[in-house]
Amino acid sequence: MKARVHVMLKNGVLDPQGEAVRHALGALGFEGVDGVRQGKVIELELADGTSEAQVNKMCEKLLANTVIESYTVELN
Amino acid sequence: MRAAVITFPGSNCDRDLAVGLELAGAEVTRVWHKDVTLPEGIDLVGIPGGFSYGDYLRCGAIAANSPICAAVKTHAEKGGYVFGVCNGFQVLTETRLLPGALMRNAGLKYICKTVGLEVAACESNFLNNYEVGQTIQVPIAHHEGNYTATPDELDRLVGEGRVAFRYTDNPNGSDRDIAGITSANGRVLGMMPHPERAMEDAHGSADGARLFAGLIGAMASA
Repeated sequence: MKARVHVMLKNGVLDPQGEAVRHALGALGFEGVDGVRQGKVIELELADGTSEAQVNKMCEKLLANTVIESYTVELN
Repeated sequence: MRAAVITFPGSNCDRDLAVGLELAGAEVTRVWHKDVTLPEGIDLVGIPGGFSYGDYLRCGAIAANSPICAAVKTHAEKGGYVFGVCNGFQVLTETRLLPGALMRNAGLKYICKTVGLEVAACESNFLNNYEVGQTIQVPIAHHEGNYTATPDELDRLVGEGRVAFRYTDNPNGSDRDIAGITSANGRVLGMMPHPERAMEDAHGSADGARLFAGLIGAMASA
Protein backbone atom coordinates (compact mmCIF):
# COMPACT_ATOMS: atom_id res chain seq x y z
CA MET A 1 0.00 0.00 0.00
CA LYS A 2 0.98 3.59 -0.46
CA ALA A 3 0.44 6.80 1.41
CA ARG A 4 0.84 10.27 0.07
CA VAL A 5 1.59 12.99 2.60
CA HIS A 6 1.08 16.64 1.73
CA VAL A 7 3.01 19.09 3.88
CA MET A 8 2.12 22.78 3.69
CA LEU A 9 3.05 25.83 5.72
CA LYS A 10 0.22 26.66 8.08
CA ASN A 11 -2.15 29.46 7.18
CA GLY A 12 -0.77 32.70 8.52
CA VAL A 13 2.86 31.59 8.21
CA LEU A 14 4.47 33.78 5.57
CA ASP A 15 5.78 31.69 2.66
CA PRO A 16 8.61 33.68 1.05
CA GLN A 17 9.18 31.02 -1.62
CA GLY A 18 5.52 31.04 -2.64
CA GLU A 19 5.66 34.83 -2.80
CA ALA A 20 8.69 34.63 -5.12
CA VAL A 21 6.82 32.20 -7.38
CA ARG A 22 3.83 34.55 -7.43
CA HIS A 23 6.05 37.45 -8.49
CA ALA A 24 7.68 35.31 -11.19
CA LEU A 25 4.28 34.30 -12.59
CA GLY A 26 3.28 37.97 -12.72
CA ALA A 27 6.53 38.82 -14.52
CA LEU A 28 5.71 36.13 -17.11
CA GLY A 29 2.42 37.89 -17.81
CA PHE A 30 0.06 35.54 -15.95
CA GLU A 31 -2.51 37.83 -14.46
CA GLY A 32 -4.81 37.26 -11.52
CA VAL A 33 -2.54 35.00 -9.47
CA ASP A 34 -3.46 36.35 -6.05
CA GLY A 35 -1.46 33.94 -3.95
CA VAL A 36 0.96 31.02 -4.17
CA ARG A 37 1.77 28.61 -1.36
CA GLN A 38 4.51 26.07 -1.84
CA GLY A 39 4.63 22.75 -0.02
CA LYS A 40 5.90 19.24 -0.51
CA VAL A 41 4.51 15.82 -1.33
CA ILE A 42 6.05 12.74 0.26
CA GLU A 43 5.13 9.29 -1.05
CA LEU A 44 5.52 6.33 1.28
CA GLU A 45 5.58 2.65 0.28
CA LEU A 46 4.10 0.87 3.27
CA ALA A 47 3.55 -2.68 4.50
CA ASP A 48 -0.08 -3.71 4.02
CA GLY A 49 -2.16 -3.00 7.07
CA THR A 50 -0.26 0.13 8.11
CA SER A 51 -2.83 2.33 9.80
CA GLU A 52 -3.50 5.98 9.16
CA ALA A 53 -2.67 6.59 12.82
CA GLN A 54 0.84 5.23 12.23
CA VAL A 55 1.32 7.53 9.24
CA ASN A 56 0.08 10.46 11.31
CA LYS A 57 2.69 9.58 13.91
CA MET A 58 5.39 9.64 11.21
CA CYS A 59 4.20 13.11 10.23
CA GLU A 60 4.22 14.36 13.81
CA LYS A 61 7.65 12.93 14.59
CA LEU A 62 9.51 13.72 11.38
CA LEU A 63 7.77 14.49 8.10
CA ALA A 64 6.23 17.80 9.17
CA ASN A 65 7.39 20.43 11.64
CA THR A 66 4.04 21.12 13.24
CA VAL A 67 5.29 24.42 14.64
CA ILE A 68 4.99 25.89 11.15
CA GLU A 69 3.56 23.13 8.92
CA SER A 70 0.32 21.24 8.59
CA TYR A 71 -0.09 17.91 6.84
CA THR A 72 -2.73 15.73 5.24
CA VAL A 73 -2.48 11.99 4.59
CA GLU A 74 -4.00 10.09 1.65
CA LEU A 75 -3.96 6.29 1.91
CA ASN A 76 -4.49 4.05 -1.13
CA MET B 1 34.86 22.77 31.88
CA ARG B 2 34.34 19.74 29.70
CA ALA B 3 32.61 20.12 26.39
CA ALA B 4 31.54 17.77 23.62
CA VAL B 5 31.17 18.99 20.04
CA ILE B 6 29.02 16.85 17.77
CA THR B 7 29.83 16.18 14.13
CA PHE B 8 27.01 15.22 11.79
CA PRO B 9 27.56 14.31 8.15
CA GLY B 10 27.56 17.78 6.58
CA SER B 11 28.67 19.71 9.66
CA ASN B 12 31.33 22.23 8.63
CA CYS B 13 31.79 24.47 11.68
CA ASP B 14 32.49 21.67 14.14
CA ARG B 15 36.24 22.28 14.22
CA ASP B 16 35.75 26.05 14.57
CA LEU B 17 33.43 25.51 17.52
CA ALA B 18 35.85 23.06 19.16
CA VAL B 19 38.76 25.48 18.69
CA GLY B 20 36.67 28.38 20.04
CA LEU B 21 35.87 26.42 23.18
CA GLU B 22 39.48 25.28 23.58
CA LEU B 23 40.79 28.84 23.23
CA ALA B 24 38.49 29.80 26.10
CA GLY B 25 39.92 27.00 28.24
CA ALA B 26 37.49 24.11 27.75
CA GLU B 27 38.57 20.52 27.37
CA VAL B 28 36.81 19.40 24.20
CA THR B 29 35.87 15.91 23.05
CA ARG B 30 34.60 15.41 19.50
CA VAL B 31 31.52 13.20 19.25
CA TRP B 32 30.15 11.44 16.17
CA HIS B 33 26.44 11.52 15.30
CA LYS B 34 26.11 7.74 15.54
CA ASP B 35 27.36 7.65 19.13
CA VAL B 36 24.53 6.92 21.53
CA THR B 37 26.07 8.40 24.65
CA LEU B 38 27.98 11.56 25.52
CA PRO B 39 31.34 11.21 27.27
CA GLU B 40 31.14 11.03 31.09
CA GLY B 41 31.16 14.32 32.98
CA ILE B 42 30.33 16.60 30.05
CA ASP B 43 29.17 20.10 31.09
CA LEU B 44 28.38 21.53 27.66
CA VAL B 45 27.31 20.08 24.32
CA GLY B 46 28.11 22.14 21.24
CA ILE B 47 26.00 21.63 18.11
CA PRO B 48 27.86 23.20 15.20
CA GLY B 49 26.88 24.97 12.03
CA GLY B 50 26.81 23.36 8.62
CA PHE B 51 24.37 21.34 6.58
CA SER B 52 23.67 18.26 8.67
CA TYR B 53 22.42 15.41 6.47
CA GLY B 54 22.46 17.78 3.50
CA ASP B 55 19.55 19.79 4.97
CA TYR B 56 17.29 17.03 3.62
CA LEU B 57 13.58 17.28 4.51
CA ARG B 58 14.11 20.42 6.67
CA CYS B 59 17.28 21.97 8.08
CA GLY B 60 18.16 20.07 11.25
CA ALA B 61 15.22 17.63 11.05
CA ILE B 62 17.21 14.47 10.43
CA ALA B 63 19.94 15.46 12.90
CA ALA B 64 17.30 16.05 15.58
CA ASN B 65 16.35 12.38 15.27
CA SER B 66 19.91 11.02 15.12
CA PRO B 67 21.21 8.64 17.83
CA ILE B 68 23.33 11.25 19.62
CA CYS B 69 20.46 13.75 19.86
CA ALA B 70 18.55 11.50 22.24
CA ALA B 71 21.55 11.80 24.59
CA VAL B 72 21.65 15.58 24.04
CA LYS B 73 17.98 15.87 25.03
CA THR B 74 18.60 13.87 28.19
CA HIS B 75 21.63 16.06 28.98
CA ALA B 76 19.51 19.23 28.57
CA GLU B 77 16.63 17.82 30.60
CA LYS B 78 19.05 17.14 33.45
CA GLY B 79 20.07 20.82 33.42
CA GLY B 80 23.17 20.47 31.23
CA TYR B 81 24.39 23.26 28.98
CA VAL B 82 23.78 23.07 25.22
CA PHE B 83 24.94 25.58 22.63
CA GLY B 84 23.64 25.41 19.05
CA VAL B 85 25.05 27.70 16.38
CA CYS B 86 23.37 28.23 13.01
CA ASN B 87 22.48 24.70 11.85
CA GLY B 88 22.85 23.80 15.54
CA PHE B 89 20.06 26.30 16.37
CA GLN B 90 17.92 24.67 13.68
CA VAL B 91 18.62 21.27 15.25
CA LEU B 92 17.61 22.60 18.70
CA THR B 93 14.26 23.88 17.41
CA GLU B 94 13.65 20.58 15.60
CA THR B 95 14.33 18.66 18.84
CA ARG B 96 11.92 21.11 20.56
CA LEU B 97 14.55 21.92 23.17
CA LEU B 98 13.93 25.48 21.95
CA PRO B 99 10.57 26.78 20.67
CA GLY B 100 9.79 28.12 17.21
CA ALA B 101 11.29 27.35 13.83
CA LEU B 102 13.79 28.78 11.35
CA MET B 103 12.42 29.42 7.89
CA ARG B 104 13.90 30.52 4.58
CA ASN B 105 15.26 34.09 4.78
CA ALA B 106 12.56 36.61 3.87
CA GLY B 107 14.71 37.91 0.99
CA LEU B 108 15.25 34.30 -0.21
CA LYS B 109 18.99 34.83 -0.43
CA TYR B 110 21.80 33.13 1.43
CA ILE B 111 23.40 35.89 3.54
CA CYS B 112 27.04 35.84 4.59
CA LYS B 113 28.22 39.00 6.37
CA THR B 114 29.03 40.45 9.76
CA VAL B 115 25.98 41.90 11.51
CA GLY B 116 25.32 43.92 14.64
CA LEU B 117 23.67 42.12 17.54
CA GLU B 118 22.14 43.80 20.55
CA VAL B 119 22.64 41.84 23.76
CA ALA B 120 19.16 41.51 25.24
CA ALA B 121 18.15 41.42 28.91
CA CYS B 122 18.52 37.68 29.38
CA GLU B 123 19.61 35.80 32.50
CA SER B 124 22.06 33.26 31.14
CA ASN B 125 25.65 32.33 31.85
CA PHE B 126 26.24 32.45 28.11
CA LEU B 127 25.92 36.25 28.31
CA ASN B 128 28.07 36.66 31.39
CA ASN B 129 30.75 38.79 29.69
CA TYR B 130 28.35 41.12 27.89
CA GLU B 131 26.43 44.18 29.04
CA VAL B 132 22.71 44.35 28.39
CA GLY B 133 22.04 46.70 25.49
CA GLN B 134 25.57 46.63 24.08
CA THR B 135 26.06 45.94 20.38
CA ILE B 136 28.49 43.27 19.25
CA GLN B 137 29.67 42.33 15.77
CA VAL B 138 29.31 38.67 14.77
CA PRO B 139 29.11 37.05 11.32
CA ILE B 140 26.06 35.27 9.97
CA ALA B 141 26.08 32.75 7.13
CA HIS B 142 22.70 31.17 6.48
CA HIS B 143 19.79 30.67 4.13
CA GLU B 144 17.25 29.55 6.74
CA GLY B 145 17.62 31.95 9.64
CA ASN B 146 14.21 33.58 9.64
CA TYR B 147 13.05 32.90 13.20
CA THR B 148 9.33 32.30 13.51
CA ALA B 149 7.06 31.40 16.40
CA THR B 150 3.43 32.01 17.30
CA PRO B 151 2.66 35.48 18.71
CA ASP B 152 1.94 33.89 22.11
CA GLU B 153 5.27 32.08 22.08
CA LEU B 154 7.09 35.28 21.08
CA ASP B 155 5.40 37.20 23.92
CA ARG B 156 6.43 34.46 26.32
CA LEU B 157 10.07 34.49 25.12
CA VAL B 158 10.26 38.27 25.47
CA GLY B 159 8.35 38.31 28.79
CA GLU B 160 10.52 35.61 30.34
CA GLY B 161 13.75 37.29 29.20
CA ARG B 162 14.71 34.42 26.93
CA VAL B 163 15.69 36.49 23.91
CA ALA B 164 19.50 36.52 24.08
CA PHE B 165 20.41 38.51 20.94
CA ARG B 166 18.51 40.80 18.56
CA TYR B 167 19.67 41.94 15.13
CA THR B 168 20.23 45.69 15.06
CA ASP B 169 19.36 45.63 11.34
CA ASN B 170 17.21 42.54 10.72
CA PRO B 171 18.78 40.72 7.75
CA ASN B 172 16.43 37.76 7.35
CA GLY B 173 12.90 38.66 8.44
CA SER B 174 13.11 37.08 11.91
CA ASP B 175 10.15 37.82 14.17
CA ARG B 176 10.97 40.57 16.69
CA ASP B 177 14.54 40.74 15.25
CA ILE B 178 15.41 37.58 17.17
CA ALA B 179 18.90 36.20 16.50
CA GLY B 180 19.19 33.88 19.50
CA ILE B 181 17.07 32.49 22.35
CA THR B 182 17.54 30.40 25.46
CA SER B 183 15.59 27.69 27.23
CA ALA B 184 13.59 28.60 30.34
CA ASN B 185 16.56 27.70 32.59
CA GLY B 186 18.97 29.75 30.45
CA ARG B 187 21.22 26.75 29.84
CA VAL B 188 20.30 25.97 26.24
CA LEU B 189 21.26 28.73 23.80
CA GLY B 190 20.52 28.66 20.09
CA MET B 191 21.67 31.45 17.79
CA MET B 192 22.08 31.92 14.05
CA PRO B 193 25.22 34.15 14.17
CA HIS B 194 28.62 32.48 14.55
CA PRO B 195 30.55 33.66 17.65
CA GLU B 196 33.19 31.00 16.88
CA ARG B 197 34.04 33.02 13.75
CA ALA B 198 34.68 36.18 15.79
CA MET B 199 37.44 35.00 18.11
CA GLU B 200 40.27 37.44 17.43
CA ASP B 201 40.85 40.79 15.76
CA ALA B 202 42.16 39.08 12.62
CA HIS B 203 38.64 37.69 12.13
CA GLY B 204 37.29 41.23 11.95
CA SER B 205 35.79 41.00 15.43
CA ALA B 206 36.71 39.32 18.69
CA ASP B 207 33.25 39.81 20.20
CA GLY B 208 32.38 36.12 19.94
CA ALA B 209 35.32 35.07 22.13
CA ARG B 210 33.67 36.77 25.09
CA LEU B 211 30.68 34.45 24.88
CA PHE B 212 32.88 31.38 25.35
CA ALA B 213 35.06 33.04 27.99
CA GLY B 214 31.98 34.28 29.86
CA LEU B 215 30.35 30.88 30.01
CA ILE B 216 33.50 29.08 31.03
CA GLY B 217 34.33 31.73 33.63
CA ALA B 218 30.83 31.48 35.12
CA MET B 219 31.04 27.72 35.31
CA ALA B 220 34.52 27.77 36.86
CA SER B 221 33.31 30.05 39.65
CA ALA B 222 30.07 28.11 40.21
